[in-house]
Amino acid sequence: MVGAQFALSMLLKKSYIKFINMAGTVVKQEGKVATREAYGKVLVEIGRKNPNVVALDADLSDSTKSEMFQKEFPERFFNMGIAEQNLMGTAAGLAASGKIVFASTFAIFSERAFEVVRNVISRNKLNVKITGTHAGIITGSDGKSAQAIEDISIYRTLPNFYVVQPADVIEAEHAMWQLSEHNGPSYLRLLREPTAILHDAGYRFQLGKADVLRDGKDAVIFATGALVAESLNAAEMLQAEGRSVAVVNIHTIKPIDVNSVVEFARKTKHVVTAEDHNIIGGLGSAIAEVLGEHYPCKMKRVGMHDRYAESGSGEELYKKYGLSAEHVKDAVKELLKK
Amino acid sequence: MADLHLAKELQRKANQFRKEILEVIYTAKAGHPGGSLSEIDVLTALYFHKLKVRAAEPEWADRDRFVLSKGHASPGYYVVLAAKGFFAHEELLKFRKINSMLQGHPELSTPGVDFAGGSLGQGMAFSIGLALAGKLDNKEYIVYVMIGDGESQEGVVWEASMAAAHFKLDNLVAILDKNQVQQTGKTKDVMDLGDAASKWKAFGWHVIEIDGHDMHQILDALDAKRVQGKPTIIIANTIKGKGVSFMELNHKFHGKAPNEEEYKKAIAEIDSLITES
Repeated sequence: MVGAQFALSMLLKKSYIKFINMAGTVVKQEGKVATREAYGKVLVEIGRKNPNVVALDADLSDSTKSEMFQKEFPERFFNMGIAEQNLMGTAAGLAASGKIVFASTFAIFSERAFEVVRNVISRNKLNVKITGTHAGIITGSDGKSAQAIEDISIYRTLPNFYVVQPADVIEAEHAMWQLSEHNGPSYLRLLREPTAILHDAGYRFQLGKADVLRDGKDAVIFATGALVAESLNAAEMLQAEGRSVAVVNIHTIKPIDVNSVVEFARKTKHVVTAEDHNIIGGLGSAIAEVLGEHYPCKMKRVGMHDRYAESGSGEELYKKYGLSAEHVKDAVKELLKK
Repeated sequence: MADLHLAKELQRKANQFRKEILEVIYTAKAGHPGGSLSEIDVLTALYFHKLKVRAAEPEWADRDRFVLSKGHASPGYYVVLAAKGFFAHEELLKFRKINSMLQGHPELSTPGVDFAGGSLGQGMAFSIGLALAGKLDNKEYIVYVMIGDGESQEGVVWEASMAAAHFKLDNLVAILDKNQVQQTGKTKDVMDLGDAASKWKAFGWHVIEIDGHDMHQILDALDAKRVQGKPTIIIANTIKGKGVSFMELNHKFHGKAPNEEEYKKAIAEIDSLITES
């Protein structure tokens, strides 16, 4: 049953790639696409639909892909220069004037303006969609300074904020659309590195609702972002060893889907979380908060163990710092031994 | 030249507001008298001469915006908003109290408030957004933002300053309440702002410098023709704690309420100012 599901998902994956090629705007790399590609593409589409949409960036529009919006709507795009506090403050002023505001920069640099975001955007519940690209150690060779591993944690602490990290480009497109229709602030975490496509064109994404990619009865892996693909591979390896492991994609880390988290914990009694982020404050913490109150059970967190990484390729770093499919698999096995 | 009668009337009003500021802070046993007393002459002229606002329709889309970036000076702001009729006068005596409309620092939920201050520098950035939106929507409204000289130590003030000139925001008027003192001492001793006028000019702004306690100069500055394609800043040279001898230029009264004796003395001093005028 699970094997058949996997075969089906591989088939669907091929059709997603085909779908993306037809759309023509997304760059394909060995069957993988970066989630940031969805940002520029969908921002343009949202901009076409609603003249009230404006976008701002802090001199990284070619990297974040907001330049696609800039090209089509130069009068509605503002390059704020290398000035993140003013980026967020200006975004807030535009939102207070009734605009739907998208503000993008690298995940790490958005953190520089954290207190501005707290005091002007979160406190006033303004309709600003912050997008941080190049998140996680998967960002790679730029090294520690560029690898945001605390962004989920800090944005999660802000009242009124939604925090979303898509697992692939298809999901990123859906997330963009649904966030644009949500009246309130949000943080969207996107990646520079191309990642596997896990969903197809028929995917029904729902903000705030967990995405069950694979069912299982021995353990569940709650994963987010690039670690969703790693976790699917881990589950496949475990299947070969006779273990039935569910993989649930938590794209909306806040508000978290309490019902699905409790349901899968209850069903499997063994919970592993997986994220390219510090295990303190990220998805692992969010899941632990839910289960601590609703269904305490055995749990293990895969992620950055309160340390920084270094330069290298994303793949090399995942192997060295414990974020690869192999590590997720080992975490499940260790948990099942207990 | 400003209308002499108008200037005299506004000066009298501003001094009445000084008494209310002291009463509000004394009643709350907390608040910021120094910056409220320094800003009040300009605030009075803004609200009773210049700003197009409607008390009965605080969210009126075409209103001029006023951003109090130095949000700690809320008592001065609240007494003016109450006098304009945005909320009942008795709200003033609930300032900083639980369940009150009037929070320690302004919140958007209070009628007439356009910016939730309290963290310095951020009102400047917020004003860039308001002014850009005004341009995008072809609105005639003007965005006024009041900042302090101590506040000017925040880097975001200068980020926003650059952006205002870059985007040619001639619908933006900043007012620098240059009251010379901040929480721990004289601004020039804590972190010298230097030649403010030259700095703002170098950042691409049209600069007007006035005595911020001279109602004629305030009115002339507010009524001056703005320069096309450039934001304007009015540098108002003021005295922190203006009107109360023992509060003037005294950093101890940046954020401290007067005790009973000090309160009575302060009120008596303002009363004699009003009698003299």
